Parts: sequence; C-alpha cells; structure tokens
Amino acid sequence: MNLKRHLMWVTAVAVAATSFQACKPRGAGSAVAGNAAERTYVPPGQYDEFYNFVSGGFSGQMSVYGLPSGRLFRVIPVFSVDPEKGWGFSEETKPMLQTSHGFVPWDDLHHIEASFTDGMPDGKWMFANSNNTPRLARINLKTYRTDEIIEIPNTGGNHCSPFTTENSEYVIAATRFSVPPDGPESDVPISSYKENFKGHVSFVSVDKETGEFDIAFQLKTPGVNFDLSSAGKGVSNGWLFMSCYNTEQAHTLLEVNASKNDKDFIMAINWKKAEEYVKAGRGKKQTNVRYAHNKWDEHTHSATHEIKTEVTVLDVTEFDDLVYLIPCPKSPHGTDVSPTGEYIVGSGKLAALIPVFSFEKFQKAIANKDFEGERYDGVPVIKYESALHGEVQKPGLGPLHTEFDDKGNAYTSFFVSSEVVKWRIKDLEILDRQPTYYSVGHLMVAGGNSKKPYGKYLVAYNKITKDRFLPTGPELCHSAQLFDISGDKMELLLDFPTIGEPHYAQAVPADLLMDKSLQIYDINANKHPHKTNGESEAKVERNGNTVRVYMTTIRSHITPDVIEGIQLGDEVYFHVTNIEQDWDMPHGFAIKGANNSELLVMPGETTTLKWVPDRVGIFPFYCTDFCSALHQEMSGYVRVSPKGSNVPISSYTGEKAE
Amino acid sequence: MKKLIIFFAIGIFIYACSNNSNQNSSTSSRNSSSKATTSDYDPKRGEGKHDKVELGDKLDAKMAEEGKTIANLKCASCHKYTDEKLVGPGWAGVSNKHQPEWIMNFITNPDPMIDKDPELQAQLEICLVRMPNQNLSDDDARKILEFMRQNDGVK
Repeated sequence: MNLKRHLMWVTAVAVAATSFQACKPRGAGSAVAGNAAERTYVPPGQYDEFYNFVSGGFSGQMSVYGLPSGRLFRVIPVFSVDPEKGWGFSEETKPMLQTSHGFVPWDDLHHIEASFTDGMPDGKWMFANSNNTPRLARINLKTYRTDEIIEIPNTGGNHCSPFTTENSEYVIAATRFSVPPDGPESDVPISSYKENFKGHVSFVSVDKETGEFDIAFQLKTPGVNFDLSSAGKGVSNGWLFMSCYNTEQAHTLLEVNASKNDKDFIMAINWKKAEEYVKAGRGKKQTNVRYAHNKWDEHTHSATHEIKTEVTVLDVTEFDDLVYLIPCPKSPHGTDVSPTGEYIVGSGKLAALIPVFSFEKFQKAIANKDFEGERYDGVPVIKYESALHGEVQKPGLGPLHTEFDDKGNAYTSFFVSSEVVKWRIKDLEILDRQPTYYSVGHLMVAGGNSKKPYGKYLVAYNKITKDRFLPTGPELCHSAQLFDISGDKMELLLDFPTIGEPHYAQAVPADLLMDKSLQIYDINANKHPHKTNGESEAKVERNGNTVRVYMTTIRSHITPDVIEGIQLGDEVYFHVTNIEQDWDMPHGFAIKGANNSELLVMPGETTTLKWVPDRVGIFPFYCTDFCSALHQEMSGYVRVSPKGSNVPISSYTGEKAE
Repeated sequence: MKKLIIFFAIGIFIYACSNNSNQNSSTSSRNSSSKATTSDYDPKRGEGKHDKVELGDKLDAKMAEEGKTIANLKCASCHKYTDEKLVGPGWAGVSNKHQPEWIMNFITNPDPMIDKDPELQAQLEICLVRMPNQNLSDDDARKILEFMRQNDGVK
C-alpha cells in the first residue's frame, strides 16, 4: 500500500466521520459545564432550592421535582386515577373525576400555572387544564392534592389554559377546537365550520380565600383554534393575549389547510371591559349547557360532584372595544408577556422570525383606529406595523414558547432546530444559543412568567429523548434539561427523565412552600360521616345487604381484625380511619379479591373501600404501607358465608367480645 | 406561668440558633430531632419543654374526664388502662412510677426521648414499636396526665 493511497483512506474516513457527525443532532457531552455535578448535587439530608411543578401531559398527572437536583418527590393525580394514592378508586375520590360525560379515568393534562398575587406566585395553588374533556383543576399546595375540578362548556378541547391574571382574579380556559355552541343546534355539517363553529374563551373566577372556581363569563369569538395565552401584567394588566391559528377556518387536513396564511393572530382581550359589560347585564344566559363542578372537602375527606346548567356569554362581535386582533406570523404557539407587561412575544411555529409587540404602540393604534380595512368575522384587526416593537431576525426554526429572566432577556424554545435562544428584549439582539436534546417544546425560567423572575435556572422540556438515557423499548421518557442562566451564556447542567409529556412547568422557591406543607389531618377536625373516633367505636353494621365496617389503623394493628357474618350478595364498605397523628404515617388497606384497588389513608383521615365478595371463604386483609417492625402482623380476616347463613355479624380485635 | 414564658423564650432562641447554623448558601437543611449527646439527658425529667408540672393535691375530675376522651381516641389502641401489656405497657401505676414532667415530655416529644432514655430504650427492645407522636397539645397532655392519676386512684 503506497502512501498516497493510505492518505486517501484516512481522508475518506475523516470526511465520513464528520458528515456522520453533522447528520446527528449535534454532539452531546461537549455542551455540559465542567462543574455541573457540583452545581446540581444536593447532599443527603439537604434540600433543593426550588420546587418544580411539571405537567404530566398524557399521564393526566402533575409531578413535583426539586431543582437543581432533578429529583422526583411526588406525582399528584389531577385528571387521572392513581393507584399509588387510591385516587379515583376510593369512594371519596371517585366524584372528582366525574364529568357531564360520566367518569373519565384518564385525561391529557397540558399546562400548569401558579396562583398569583401581584404577578408573583403566592404559594396557594397550582392550576392545571385537561385538553380532551375540557376542564380546569386547582391543586392545593398545602396538601398536594387536587381540590377542585370544573368542566368547561361550549369548548372543544381546553388547550389554551390555565393561564391566570395578575392576581388570579380569573383562570383562562379556551377552546383549541372551535365547535358549534352546546345544545341541540350543534348538529350541523362539519363542512359548515365557517358559519357555525365558534370559539369560546372562559373566564373562571377564583375565590381569593377558598380558591373556589366559578365560570364568571364566556366570550364567544369567531371560529379559530386558540393555542396558548398570557395575561397582561403591570402596564398591561387588564388585558389577555391569546395566540390563534387556523384563521383559515379549515375543518380538514389542518396540517396543510391551516398553514396557508402568512399571518394568523394574537387576540387581545380587554377583560376588565368584559367584566363591565357582564355587570351591566349585556351577557346572554345560556341554559342548554351541562358541566361538572367537583370539589374536595378537606374536613369530610370526601369529594362532591354536581352538574351545572347555566353560563353567561358575551358575543365579542357585538362590541367595538372588547377584542382586537394583532396579525402574527405564522401559526403562533406561545404568546408571552414580558415581566413589565410592555412586550408581547409571538412565537409563530412556522415563522422564520419572532415578532415582539409593544403594548404602548398597541394602545396608540387603538386610539388612532389604525385598523386593517376589513374586520375578521366582525373583529377589528390592528395593522401589524402599528403594534410592532420589532422582530428578532433569524432566531432559529420553529419558535414555540418564550420566558424571561430578571435582566431584560428573553429565552425562546425552538422545536425544529432543537435549541434555546437567548435574546435581549430592548434591541432584539441574539446573545446566545444552546442545543437541546431533542426538539424542545415548552421551556421554563424560574418565575419566568411572573413580574419579577427568579432567574438562575431554565429547564427545557424536550419531546424527543432518543439516545439520552438507557433504552427501555419503543417508549422512552421525555427529558428535562436544566440550564444555569445566571451568566452571559447558558450552561447545560443536567438531564433528568420526566413523567408523561411535560408541556409546561412552574418553579417556586422552596422557602415559599415547605413550611406550609401539611403534616397530618387533625383527627378532631375529621368530619367524615363514617369516621371511627377511636378503637372503642370500631364496629360492623348491617343494613339490608349493605355492611359498613368502621375500622381504625394504628401501628401496627387494624381494629376490628376478625369480622364474621358477611354474606354473599353483600356490599361491604370498609371505612378506614387512620388514628395516627404523626407525620409520614399513612396506613394502607387491601383485601383479597377487591376489584377496586386498595386504600392509602393519611394520618387523621377516613377513606372507604367498597368490596363485593364473590365467593364463600376466609379473606385476609392487611396494611399495604410498611409502618413499623410489626407491619407484617398488621392484618386480619373476614369470613364470608352463603346468603341467608345464620352466622351473626360480629367483630373484635385481640379478644373475643362477649 | 412566668417560668413557662421564660422556658418558651429559651426554646425559641435555641430553635432559631439551630436553624441558622444549618443554613447554607444554595441549599438548606433542617433536622427535626437533633441527636445531642446523652450526657446532658435527665432521666427523671426527660427531654422536652415541660420543666415543672404543678399537680393538685386532689384530682381535677373534669380534666381527668376530658383526658380519658382524648386517651380513648389517641392512646387506647396500644395501651390498656390496667397493668396488662398490649402493644405498649399498661398504664396502671404509671403516674407513681414517673415524674409528671417526664410523662408530659414523653407523650408530647416521644422520638427524641426514645433515642436517649435508658428505660424507653429497654421498652423498645420489648415492644419493637416506637411510640407514635400523636400530636398532643400541652393541654391534651396535661389532661391525659390527670386521667392517669385518676386511673392510679387519686381522688
């Protein structure tokens, strides 16, 4: 082999290697900061700086992580049953998942947003939306449980939600799929979209003290798809900005037909004005709607479910000063308002630039009636240039969502080019770009949607994981990537796996929440109708074929633990009261053959398992949550006799009752 | 009463100090039960905020009655009021055997005492279940103590 030939081979291999590298979505390890391990390591016994509440997407749940460690602390069931907590299985929790369509065990939780006071997370609640059967949920940050779920009428899929106003006066719900309003008139040809399909934007009020939801009013709009929204704050408080796509009003092959217009819209809603019109009685009562309103009561340890049948609707085309459209290229996803409230960033997912609108210029345009010649289905359209602050040129491909830091910078996620781009709001100059692995959707800066972002950390929530973790078959976890954004350049610190698909997240400083976390339910405040107030009250009662077992648990025995006189055909309700009053001392309850899961009962709480025995015999039951050295002894027996048997109802623990 | 206030003040001061020393720049850590050296442990008084418990010569029957209601809910699952052991030892004689301060401290602050008290450690070897913290208020604990006295024959 001569030298020349040798050289040629080396060159060929080198070229091949380079081009192979180029095809792969950029090399991995090089981007990681040198001391990343040190900066994300939280030593045993110490705490993370931030709670990170992360949407669980198609899992229907919400998870709680620590930052910067990326450790998972808790998964909170919101729109889905959860065997770990008996959520949706115990008799008390079943009503939470009821809808006007019946029991929905699994939905698609999209976004979450914190409750705000003066534009800052106040540590009271997290809000979440379900995208399929449209609902809103409120999660309690003392108990880390879902306290309330309300269904949204006149709505196809509640995607554009649960974004809240500066003081969480309202949580927003808006339809992704415009549909004809609810009622018998909605039986129309699908091809009649343009005439018959409407958007609805719901303003769900939140009681400042209890948090209780009420659909204060809905705005009926032209039929388009609403994607995301962001409430005004500071100078723009009182307004809501929502991205609209499918302004083509296509009803089929949206991939092509809803991608034709060069510009879609950001819809700007003057919600304070809407409040005034509703107060003045300008809304119409619609009474052919049906929507569920489910509430959890912390004292009865039970949920209630009711169906409501009325909502107040304002048709936006009947008002000249309620809603305006701002043209925005092209099929916008994120519509994000800067911390001061002055700038509105549209992230057009098919656009090659990022338009940034100025609230001040937008207000001037309204005052000067700087409108396009034609309204869009009756709604005035502001001239693009009149509201524009400027455009970020060549930012990347597929901008989706933008958040902000505490230094006047914005961070935009790019799905197609798999990167996060940092740019300065004032002069729209790009300052840094870092690759993500891969295809980032939403991103989150700690407090990045508030008036005073905490900054420091950014998390990119990526849709594609591919080669980042040990493979687990066809389905892989979605990944989160933590960046330190305190310096000029963003530094990648950590990858961590997530649950379901994290569409959005919130980060709240640990010290805002950790001291408020509930440790036990006070047994003296327990108002459950079937509470057992101490072992002396434990008993079994028959009423027809309904048998109620009033049962207590404490380390480490169940009372009663010998139960006889149950017959085939009985419906047995085990009302288990955990009489522990110590933190982190739940007891579980499981009985052989139960078709309906198990229970996990917190200290001071009463929870119910319904059991219908299917055969004669002896059925063991036991505590499922390891509680003490004698946990394995925490068990008992139920005897099931044939129907009509003369074995009397009896029960005891320790010694046979006379 | 004055004593109690001073004791509380000292308690808060100690708590504040310990909190402070555990803070560090980026992460915080807090220990609920600090394992101090056992040398300063007083096995007569136990460990907790109850330094001096005043007992009447006679029983406060109303208080004892209320104590029994609380005990039935929070204690009777594991303790009989006789000398018979259930999960934990029976209560007969307990108010004669221990100082009132020891009882009040133990039932309001069980975990640190189980870690240090020689008698409680011996009990743990027999029972193998740590007595749960049942979140008794000071008032609850005092009422339970009165019930224990009644149970031991104080009139």
